[in-house]
Amino acid sequence: MMGDDIVMLSRLQFGLTALYHFLFVPLTLGLTFILGIMESVYVMTGKQVYKDMTKFWGKLFAINFAMGVTTGITLEFQFGTNWAYYSHYVGDIFGPLLASEGWMAFFLESTFVGLFFFGWDRLTKPQHLLVTWLLAIGTNISALWILIANAWMQHPVGAEFNVETLRMELTSFSEVFFNPVAQVKFVHTVAAGYVTGSMFVLGISSWYLLQGRDIGFARRSFSIAAAFGLASILSVIVLGDESGYTQGETQKVKLAAIEAEWTTEPAPASFTVFGLPNNETQHTDFAVKVPYALGLIATRSIDEQVAGIKELRDGSLQRIKSGVEAYRALQEIRGGDKSADTLALFQAHKDDLGYGLLLKKYAPNVVDATPEMVAQAADDTIPAVGPLFWTFRVMVASGFTMLFIFALAFYYCATRVADQKRWLLKLAVWSIPLPWIAAETGWFVAEYGRQPWTISGVLPTHLSVSNLSSGQLWLSIGGFAFFYTALLVIELYLMQKYVRLGPSSLGSGRYFLETQAKPATE
Amino acid sequence: MFDYEVMRLIWWVFIGVVAIAFAVTEGFDFGVCTLLPFVAKSDLERRVVINTVGATWEGNQVWLILLGGAIFAIWPAVYATLFSGLYVAMMLVLFALFFRPAGFDYRSKMPDPEWRNAWDWGLFIGGTLPPVLLGVLAGNLALGLPFHLDADLRPIYDGSFWGLLNPFALFCGVVCLAGTTFHGALFLQCRVEGEIFRRTQAAVHVFGLALLAGLALAALWLFFGLSRPEILHMAALDGPSNPLLKTVSAVGPGWFSHFNSHPWMWLAPVTGFAGLGLAWALAKGEARLWAFAVAGLGIAGILLSIGFALFPFLLISSTDPNSSLTLWDATSSHLTLLWAFWITVVFLPIVLLYTRWVYKVMWGKITEEQVVNDSRTLY
Ligand code: HDD
Ligand code: HEM
Ligand code: HEM
Repeated sequence: MMGDDIVMLSRLQFGLTALYHFLFVPLTLGLTFILGIMESVYVMTGKQVYKDMTKFWGKLFAINFAMGVTTGITLEFQFGTNWAYYSHYVGDIFGPLLASEGWMAFFLESTFVGLFFFGWDRLTKPQHLLVTWLLAIGTNISALWILIANAWMQHPVGAEFNVETLRMELTSFSEVFFNPVAQVKFVHTVAAGYVTGSMFVLGISSWYLLQGRDIGFARRSFSIAAAFGLASILSVIVLGDESGYTQGETQKVKLAAIEAEWTTEPAPASFTVFGLPNNETQHTDFAVKVPYALGLIATRSIDEQVAGIKELRDGSLQRIKSGVEAYRALQEIRGGDKSADTLALFQAHKDDLGYGLLLKKYAPNVVDATPEMVAQAADDTIPAVGPLFWTFRVMVASGFTMLFIFALAFYYCATRVADQKRWLLKLAVWSIPLPWIAAETGWFVAEYGRQPWTISGVLPTHLSVSNLSSGQLWLSIGGFAFFYTALLVIELYLMQKYVRLGPSSLGSGRYFLETQAKPATE
Repeated sequence: MFDYEVMRLIWWVFIGVVAIAFAVTEGFDFGVCTLLPFVAKSDLERRVVINTVGATWEGNQVWLILLGGAIFAIWPAVYATLFSGLYVAMMLVLFALFFRPAGFDYRSKMPDPEWRNAWDWGLFIGGTLPPVLLGVLAGNLALGLPFHLDADLRPIYDGSFWGLLNPFALFCGVVCLAGTTFHGALFLQCRVEGEIFRRTQAAVHVFGLALLAGLALAALWLFFGLSRPEILHMAALDGPSNPLLKTVSAVGPGWFSHFNSHPWMWLAPVTGFAGLGLAWALAKGEARLWAFAVAGLGIAGILLSIGFALFPFLLISSTDPNSSLTLWDATSSHLTLLWAFWITVVFLPIVLLYTRWVYKVMWGKITEEQVVNDSRTLY
């Protein structure tokens, strides 16, 4: 058994590197799509300014994309380096999803990204447009596969424990692919990416408008971002599938925790806008509640019940006891007892084997666990409520703020007064960080809320880690801290440099810094 | 036709194909980066060299990513054991790879010569350290790694990073670097002119000779100096993927036993040496593209030879031979192999087709004038 410090350090390293990867991912998802839109307009209208827009926003995209690739490879290595038992235990299901992502997505985006930058003079207009769209499609397919993989960790379907190989094995590919949690996750996360791209373009265009430079260029970028952003933020907030958040124990636990719903309320549940969740008393102090809202947010319906924390914990307790039986039967089978009774006993309890494994933390031989240990393990299945409660609210608040901005931006664009609304332009500039804040807190909710599981109900986090020493982990964490900080500083420096240069960085001679003080309108 | 044992064998071939594709595409990218500071002196020359791979290196790098993903999917136990066991070495590969995307993309985004020079050395590290470490790894595959599986099949590594740096493995690291550099030089010859071309020719000459001599020496070393374990007993070839169900003896009939019992296998090393030798000879004349291509064939032959020699082992344990992983007992389930098989059968050709198209569009000499004229777009 690995020490707690190894588990903590491994989680810390994975969490930080994943959050870091997701600083770059959403912008790639959003910008590639926006580049596709801009270039489509160029090909249809033949107006040079749209080509310049594609090229300029493409430059900023390039700076971001390099970091997306750099940090993605880290994550792919890390399943093996830091989560070796996990890789062995669920590689049969998880591995093919990652490999599919390689075949269908990474090749597509990475092969065509070079042509996007360097192919302008070597391709016809429609060919280049095709390349841009293939790039955008590639990034989206990439998100699809990895999110199916991640959703499987939240709600593992289509797989079964095999007593001979001592690991989970695939039983139905289509169940894994059509996992309802994956569908919700995909729509929500990809749309979050589009929001990020839109907010980025909207904010920077607003800054040009405030400065009075490159008006024609900025106005057009602003409109595209406003329209695309409004559609995307609406998708993030509204679209979903009611089954997504109510299926699977972990999703239910998360939902109860983000709402600090200690006991089950009759449907439709109300939503606590504000309050101080208290883990000790299992009560939320100073709660301000909105009737109906939780039921709507969580289940998109008013008649589904949202389960409360205490009930969920009691459910876990039962499953842990059943898991002990599964473990006992498994040991007998492995010891050579293949009698029908033992096999039937294992069959009856095998869905709870993972709950039994939770006890390994306290009793290496699970069947020796005392009732106190069982109770302790049941407590472990409830994540800390406070962090989930607050991060969730940060995400939702960012979401509604952006809805407000995009709605007004779109309305003022449609009525052609956007550049006069200086307060809105300023607000858009200051709001550029919001989609990142929302996305990072969203991942925190999703991943931290899954604890104590790596694979919900199947494999506890403390078993998943590799057999490493804390020295090795400190070495790697130190390396990441060093390289990632340096790279981030460089990336941000280049970003702001090119944002300041604006379209003048294309060297076409048509834009502000080159024509000096004579603002180009076309 | 799609039995479990057949699928296991097919996947051994497929992963071999991916490994070869990685070696012959990303390999020359590595080589170009290793050569960068030496064959190109001025900033303009360096930009020429970087832009020979500028449009295609990202796609090539995906072969590495896919190799990792495919091993995860098909041989999860190998992925878990290898990556966690060689933790420090893997982290070093990873950190070295960090220099590449940023190096290519950021280098020419600022005019400052010191900035550019620093990134050139970054690219050099990113192109040099990974092949050396991967060569060291290949050497250790032949020697066996100190690991065992516990009763729950959890892989436990019993060695250290320093243990990897034994003479044979270090020698393999050097040979691997000679290989990527040679291939990179052959590639550059096709794409540059003038002074850079002349410097590259010298590199082709030196690294080609070094590679051929190194490979011959490594083969002799394997033949005379090292023994290969042998499987004594194993469940059926379509049995469950549990490596602990077999017995393995630490000493066996030697690394060339398969070649002697299946003489057709000699085709692989012969292709290897002939291809690389021919490439070296052709590179002196006008048939540069041919030289580059047959070198790729030669590299494929060498990798295939390693595969044949190891067969059916994937990872040999030097401390607990029974824990060794083979292609018969370390794979994913039958269903997973089937799914992955169909996905590969469909997407491998598609990927090859569009990759070929991209190369066709971007092919041609890169000249200093082009870089000057297109200075804001090119790397
Ligand atoms: C919702 C989207 C999403 C999520 C959750 C992840 N990624 Fe990612 N990843 C992308 C979306 C993406 C992308 C948009 O496709 C990237 C980002 C920028 C880029 O270059 O491609 C990418 C790049 C990227 C690369 C480089 C690919 C290349 O060279 O083209 C790898 C190897 C990974 N990722 C691996 C992972 C792993 C192992 C993850 C899980 C732990 C992960 N990513 C989470
Ligand atoms: C890219 C966006 C992602 C972000 C920002 C993210 C974030 C996090 C965070 C914050 C943690 C630490 C949770 C804790 O405190 O224990 C974590 C853990 C983890 N995440 Fe993610 N995650 C992302 C995507 C994924 C995906 C797509 C997968 C799998 C496909 C994944 C697999 C894991 C694993 C294996 C752990 C460690 C085990 C654990 O703590 O349960 N993550 N992630
Ligand atoms: C405004 C209303 C919003 C609601 C009700 C909402 C709801 C949720 C919920 C319940 C989760 C957890 C899913 C899980 O546990 O698996 C989540 C995750 C997430 N959210 Fe939000 N969200 C909102 C806005 C946003 C916004 C504006 C963004 C970003 C622009 C965003 C980005 C994310 C991301 C990246 C994740 C992690 C991936 C996932 O689990 O889907 N969310 N969101």
